[in-house]
Amino acid sequence: MADEVVLLDFWPSPFGMRVRIALAEKGIDYEGREEDLSNKSPLLLKMNPVNKQIPVLIHKGRPISESLIIVQYIDEAWSNNKSPLLPSDPYQRANARFWADYIDKKIYSTGRLVWGTTGEVQEKAKEELRESFRVLEKELAEKTYFGGDMFGLVDVALIPFYSWFYTLETTANFSITEEFPRLVSWAKRCMQRDSVSNSVPDQYKIYDFLLDLKKKMHSIE
Amino acid sequence: MGSQKEEVKLISFLCSPVCRRVEWGLRLKGIDYEYIEEDIFNKSNLLLELNPVHKKVPVLVHGNKAIAESLVILEYMDETWKQYPLLPQDPYERALVRFWIKFADEKVMYGGYVAMISIGEEQEKRVDEVRKGMDKLEELIKGKRFFGGDRIGFLDIALGWITYLLPVWEEVGSTKILDPLKCPAISAWVNNILNHPLLNDCLPPKDDLLAYNHRRRKQFNPSLYH
Repeated sequence: MADEVVLLDFWPSPFGMRVRIALAEKGIDYEGREEDLSNKSPLLLKMNPVNKQIPVLIHKGRPISESLIIVQYIDEAWSNNKSPLLPSDPYQRANARFWADYIDKKIYSTGRLVWGTTGEVQEKAKEELRESFRVLEKELAEKTYFGGDMFGLVDVALIPFYSWFYTLETTANFSITEEFPRLVSWAKRCMQRDSVSNSVPDQYKIYDFLLDLKKKMHSIE
Repeated sequence: MGSQKEEVKLISFLCSPVCRRVEWGLRLKGIDYEYIEEDIFNKSNLLLELNPVHKKVPVLVHGNKAIAESLVILEYMDETWKQYPLLPQDPYERALVRFWIKFADEKVMYGGYVAMISIGEEQEKRVDEVRKGMDKLEELIKGKRFFGGDRIGFLDIALGWITYLLPVWEEVGSTKILDPLKCPAISAWVNNILNHPLLNDCLPPKDDLLAYNHRRRKQFNPSLYH
C-alpha cells in the first residue's frame, strides 16, 4: 500500500514512545514492529544503516530516523490534520524547537547516569537533573502544556521520561513528586490523553525492565 | 510582513563555527544585521539576559525576540524570511537534511573537536571515528556541487566548519582527518564554498582560530605547552 506506515520500535524506548504519541495524536494508522535489539532485524539494519537504532518510521517505503526528526516529519507530512504538533508562528515554533533540543541535551543522558551510576558520579548527575527539572518547571509556569493550551512537540519530547520517574526515585533516593509537583501535575495531565497513555508504559513495568537490564549488565561484567 | 522590517542583531563569537552558520544564513538571505561580538571568557549581561538557559552564542535578536541554538535560529530564519530558502520544501527531504546535520554534528564535528584536544591512543581512536563519518558525507555529496545540489543549502551551512575550522584542528592537533584522495568530492566542495562570492569574506581569521584552539588544547593537555 502506497501510504503504508511502519514503525520499528522497542516498547521501553522513550524515543519510540515519542513517535507512538505523535502518530496517535494525528490519528495515523500504522504497523508497529517490535525489534529485538540484541538481534536486530535485516529491515532495521537496511532502514537505518548509519545508527542501527530504533525508532525508525517507514513511510511509503522511505525511512526516517531520530525521534524528534520523525515527530517533525509527521507534523509536516500530515499537515492538513487538525492536530498540529507545532504552532504556526515562527517564533513560537523556534521556542518549541529550543526546548525540545534542551530536553534532548539535558534530560535523557543525565537520567541514564542517575540510574546507572553510584556514589559521587550519581550525586552530581542527580544535581544536574534537579537543575534541569527546575528550569523546565520555570518554563512550564502556569501553562497547561509547554506550548500553552496546545499539546505539542515539547510535551511529546519530555513525557516519555515520566515512565522513568519511579526508577530514578528508587535508584537515587529522592522524590520527584515532592520536589517538582508542577512537573508531575503536567505529566499526569498528559497521561490523561489517550495518545500518551497508550504509548507510555506504566512506571513499574519500566522499573522491572530496567532492573532486569541492570542485572544482565552486571552479570556480563 | 511587518516583522521582516524589525531590527536584526547577532550576538556572536569570532571563532565559533555555530555562530558562523547563522551569519552565512543571513548573508545568503540578504538580511541586514548588526554584529555584536561577545567575549565568551567574560560573558556580558546582555548575553546572560538573552540566553539565560545556556548562556551561549549565537543568539539572534529580531525586534524584541531572542532565539538561541544555531539550528533553531536557521529554521526560524527560513520561516520568517522566504527569500533564498535554506531547507527543501518536501517533508522527507527536510527530514533527511535534519538527520545528516545531527549525524555530522555528533559524529564529525564533536568528534573532530575531541580529536583536536586529545593525544596518543585516544586521539587515534577519535580520528578513526571522524574519518568514518567523513566517508559517509563523501557518499552524500558525490556527484553534486553542494550538499544542497546546485546551490548552497542548510546542510552546506551546517557543515561549513569543515572548510575553515577542520584544517585548523588538524594543525593544532597534529593530525590528518580529511584525505583529499579518499574524499575528493568533499575536497572539491570545500573549494566551492571558500570561493563563493557571498561567503568568501565571511570566514573567521585563521590566526584567531589557531590561537583559540591552541588555548582549548592547552586546557586539556597543559604539559604539551611549555
